[in-house]
Amino acid sequence: MSIAEEAKLAVRGAIQGVMEKAIELAPDSWMPGGKPDSLIATKHGSIGASVPRIDSPLKVQGKAPFAAEFELPGMVYAALMFSTVAKGRIATLDTAQAEAAPGVVLVMTHRNAPRMESMPVFLSAEKAGGGDNLPIMQDDRIHWNGQPIAVVLAETQEQADYAVALIRASYEQDAATTSFATAKRKGTEPGLFMGQPLKTEKGSADAAFKASAAKVEATYTTPRHNHNAIEPHAATVAWDGDRLIVHDASQAVAHTAWSLGKIFGISEQQVHVTSPFVGGGFGGKCLWQHQVLGAAAAKLAGRPVRIALSREGVYRLIGGRTLTEQRLAIGADQDGRFNAIIHSGTVATTRQNGMPEPFILPTMSSYGSPNIKLDVEVVYLDMLANTFMRAPGESVGTFALESAIDELAVSLGIDPVELRILNQPSEDPLKGTPFSSRHITEAWRAGAEKFGWSKRSAPGTVRDGEWQIGIGCATATYPYHRMPGGAARITLTRDGYARVEIAAHEMGMGTATAHTQVVADRLGLSRDQVTFAYGDSLMPGVVLAGGSQQTASIGASVIAAHHVLIKELLKLAGNDSPLAGLGTDEVGTLNGGLAKLDDPSRHESYVSILTRSGRDHVAVEGSASAPLETMHWSMHSFGALFCEIGVNSVTGETRVRRFLGSYDCGRILNPKTAASQFRGGIIMGLGLALMEETQFDDRNGRVMNPSLAEYHVPVHLDVPPIDVIWTDIPDPRAPMGARGIGEIGITGVGAAVANAVFNATGKRVRDLPLTLDKLM
Amino acid sequence: MTPFDYSRASDVADALRMGAGVQAKFLGGGTNLVDLMRETIERPAALVDITGLPAEITERDDGGLVIGAAVRNTALAEHRTVRTRYPVLSRAILAGASAQIRNMATVGGNLLQRTRCSYFYDDAGSRCNKRQPGQGCDAIDGFNRNHAILGASEACVATHPSDMCVALAALDAVVHLEGRGGARTLPLVELHRLPGDRPDLETALQPGELITAIELPAQPIAARSTYRKVRDRSSYAFALVSVAAALELDGDTVKDVRVALGGVAHKPWRALEAEQALRGGKVSEAAFRAAAEAELAHAVPLSCNTFKIELAKRTITAVLGELAGAAR
Ligand SMILES: Cc1cc2nc3c(=O)[nH]c(=O)nc-3n(C[C@H](O)[C@H](O)[C@H](O)COP(=O)(O)OP(=O)(O)OC[C@H]3O[C@@H](n4cnc5c(N)ncnc54)[C@H](O)[C@@H]3O)c2cc1C
Repeated sequence: MSIAEEAKLAVRGAIQGVMEKAIELAPDSWMPGGKPDSLIATKHGSIGASVPRIDSPLKVQGKAPFAAEFELPGMVYAALMFSTVAKGRIATLDTAQAEAAPGVVLVMTHRNAPRMESMPVFLSAEKAGGGDNLPIMQDDRIHWNGQPIAVVLAETQEQADYAVALIRASYEQDAATTSFATAKRKGTEPGLFMGQPLKTEKGSADAAFKASAAKVEATYTTPRHNHNAIEPHAATVAWDGDRLIVHDASQAVAHTAWSLGKIFGISEQQVHVTSPFVGGGFGGKCLWQHQVLGAAAAKLAGRPVRIALSREGVYRLIGGRTLTEQRLAIGADQDGRFNAIIHSGTVATTRQNGMPEPFILPTMSSYGSPNIKLDVEVVYLDMLANTFMRAPGESVGTFALESAIDELAVSLGIDPVELRILNQPSEDPLKGTPFSSRHITEAWRAGAEKFGWSKRSAPGTVRDGEWQIGIGCATATYPYHRMPGGAARITLTRDGYARVEIAAHEMGMGTATAHTQVVADRLGLSRDQVTFAYGDSLMPGVVLAGGSQQTASIGASVIAAHHVLIKELLKLAGNDSPLAGLGTDEVGTLNGGLAKLDDPSRHESYVSILTRSGRDHVAVEGSASAPLETMHWSMHSFGALFCEIGVNSVTGETRVRRFLGSYDCGRILNPKTAASQFRGGIIMGLGLALMEETQFDDRNGRVMNPSLAEYHVPVHLDVPPIDVIWTDIPDPRAPMGARGIGEIGITGVGAAVANAVFNATGKRVRDLPLTLDKLM
Repeated sequence: MTPFDYSRASDVADALRMGAGVQAKFLGGGTNLVDLMRETIERPAALVDITGLPAEITERDDGGLVIGAAVRNTALAEHRTVRTRYPVLSRAILAGASAQIRNMATVGGNLLQRTRCSYFYDDAGSRCNKRQPGQGCDAIDGFNRNHAILGASEACVATHPSDMCVALAALDAVVHLEGRGGARTLPLVELHRLPGDRPDLETALQPGELITAIELPAQPIAARSTYRKVRDRSSYAFALVSVAAALELDGDTVKDVRVALGGVAHKPWRALEAEQALRGGKVSEAAFRAAAEAELAHAVPLSCNTFKIELAKRTITAVLGELAGAAR
């Protein structure tokens, strides 16, 4: 194309552009008095369109490479042997038979493992990503039942699995603490989360509770849960001299690279972690011992290693959600207005990571009360380090909080929806900061209307044959987070295509799709002109796919890079451009180029700018601003949940008949992928409500159901029609107006189901899961 | 998995010859055996694949059915005669496992599938008298929610997990066997043993003996039969309690009745006491409940499964009530 032709095209673009308005630069940070992201107002762009996932064609063709599908020349396969005692020393470890077995290349134990540092435990440093801080195969000590004590490498997976079964171990056992009840009797300690106690009080809650006209107080318990992503954890690992390459299943590539560098005494630049596709993360796909063992064994054997955990391996090696025992007390006046909320209790955790499931989180923001007291106590057990699992804190904390509110509503004879609306705070209940955007009341009204809440009957009065029918509701909630460290690179090429690179993650939630949409709108391009590249530690940014913060983090990173890009483009455009003389504040993106904000006829396309300046591309990098918005505003998403269930009067079986979630999460970037996120979360919540439970044998700390045959998650028949609606009101303090939706789906579901069970039967179950024996 | 030899039998004689070795095992669909081999709980030196043996369902002149041992669970459940004349069997099979597993699973393999006790499965870390006689049982004081309330022993509290077998127990099925000593038959209810002090001995089969077929006697009563399975999720879970039953009425009187229970014992449990209590008596919910009480009078709960006793009583009562309702 000649320059003249391109100029013509550019002019045509400008003429079209007269009708439209250029999209101005987004603010680089969100401060009081500042402007929202201009994208929150766009109506006809890509954002908000139900775009199918761009990775689906690859996945249905089997062309999306997962961690355990990278083929490396000379690769060997790993199998792990796990300890069968919770604490003590390995007394004997006989590996001779395994070493002699066919195909075996190496048996690695504490006797021959290379020296390495322990994992920097998650949150102990900016990029620390380890699940625990124990020595990994450095000595003969056992810290939990299931700890890996040997790695076998063989030419095939079958040979490795067979050889592992030939290893004989015996132990000198030490007294282990594996019983929650026993540990509690010895006394609890304050739970610390990132060094801070999970304890806070406003007013004097105990006194206010005592003096309240209406009171509910009860203990609620939730069991341990295991991570069961459809893709078991895996890594394909190779050393290239002193460079380490890890094809991982990861929701934290930058953290993993940095942490592996620390462990093996090399720089983070020498570690290359890729993770192009992840078959579900949910908080479990960070750095655990298997990647470290794989890398250590690869080093020792001098060959690339594939280490793919069996399902049992996931249960033995990857932490899950710990159990909770929560006391919830609410004091209210006769009209139902809260005077006091007390949410306290005890959880089990370990010394090697210290992750007290923060079940008080939902109570920090959901309701107003002059007196609030929150306290998480812990006991330390000798067990696998527990960890983050979808909405840590809120998932199980809402079970107690939202059940107790239902109990209060019943005792006061107030509609539970109205009781929740009545107790909405006007500012953050603890911090006193203003809300960035809070439309939960609209969500409640819309949900109640669509669900038919007004048809609710008195407890135990509706029957359908053997089935007792009930409906229930609960609040879902999850905060907006944005962690520091986001950064992105944008490369614009002369053909008018843009490539964004950021060390973020696609775990099946639709990240790549949604951000292709966002980048297209932000740059004034069509989606097929945008490539969103992610899942590689060599890319910019420290972007954890956790805390439902990835969307905000990517959004803010791209905004920062976009600022640099526009500055650079204006420089290149120079004096011969219709944009000549304009500053970055005066231009916006429009139709594949830049235009003056109040005069879109002054437009020049990217193609033209690059062509005229003789560049085939321009590449820029930007770092996201510090996440100050959460200091100025209280930023939370909410949902109003409704469900209808049946409880069989003969057998006590509970079956969910329909479910509705009405959410207020800011702007919804892609309704199709968002609906799937909400639905998936709700289904996981149904599992939490009805069946999920890790059978942890208190006697020896052994997990007894390490298999999907015995650890129940919902099957298709357990999943009813799920309706999902949302307010779609943009949050003016969040990039794109979007607050993140990855975790809220699971929250509140346990209580919604339990409250419906009460409505059906008049029975209040305060102990999850709601199995039939509790309802017979 | 321990390496093994594999061969495929083309007829019964072939199978018996190949399966004669001490460490040989017959391989049906492999949905249980292969799993147990992966867990190194089973370590056969040789597998004799018997899925090539005749897999036919033959109707006899007297109205009975002979079902080849290699018939797949799906084929049996979908068979027209089974669905119309023995609905309890079809329903029991369809209540089990998943479509994929049923497509693979054979009748012979279903009979001989082993318990799902998680301590039995935990070869590396738990004690089990079934795996290693005399070792002790970690289930008795452990997670025993799914375990037995009837016929258990101090050595073993495991249950037999099959749904199909519960229906077969109610239907007076007969197992056809062939071994070195020749052919013989055995009532299904005598195939599986109670654990006693040798829970490792699970059946009355001789070493190397092959199940060749199941015979269902003609049973007019079976036309009015059903299966109800109570479990922790809607599908793809083993029974906490299941009931197979058939009922024949004469006006308001129970002319004949069959009841068998699953999920409660080391074997499919034919509820003879309940049947006895009902036969010749008047139909009423109270009578059904009383029969259930009679059957479960000897039930002994474990630490986590007391609820099963009441659940079994209620389920028996409801199933009989349903059948009686349909009969009127
Ligand atoms: C996840 C899961 C869920 C399940 N859920 C259920 C459920 O809900 N209800 C239920 O009833 N079942 C359930 N099952 C079990 C399933 O029904 C059995 O695995 C299946 O019936 C076994 O049949 P098979 O042909 O695959 O047996 P195999 O695994 O091939 O063999 C099982 C045993 O039978 C022996 N054998 C096989 N054929 C013969 C023969 N002709 N003569 C002598 N010995 C023989 C084998 O040597 C072996 O010891 C489940 C299984 C799984 C894996």
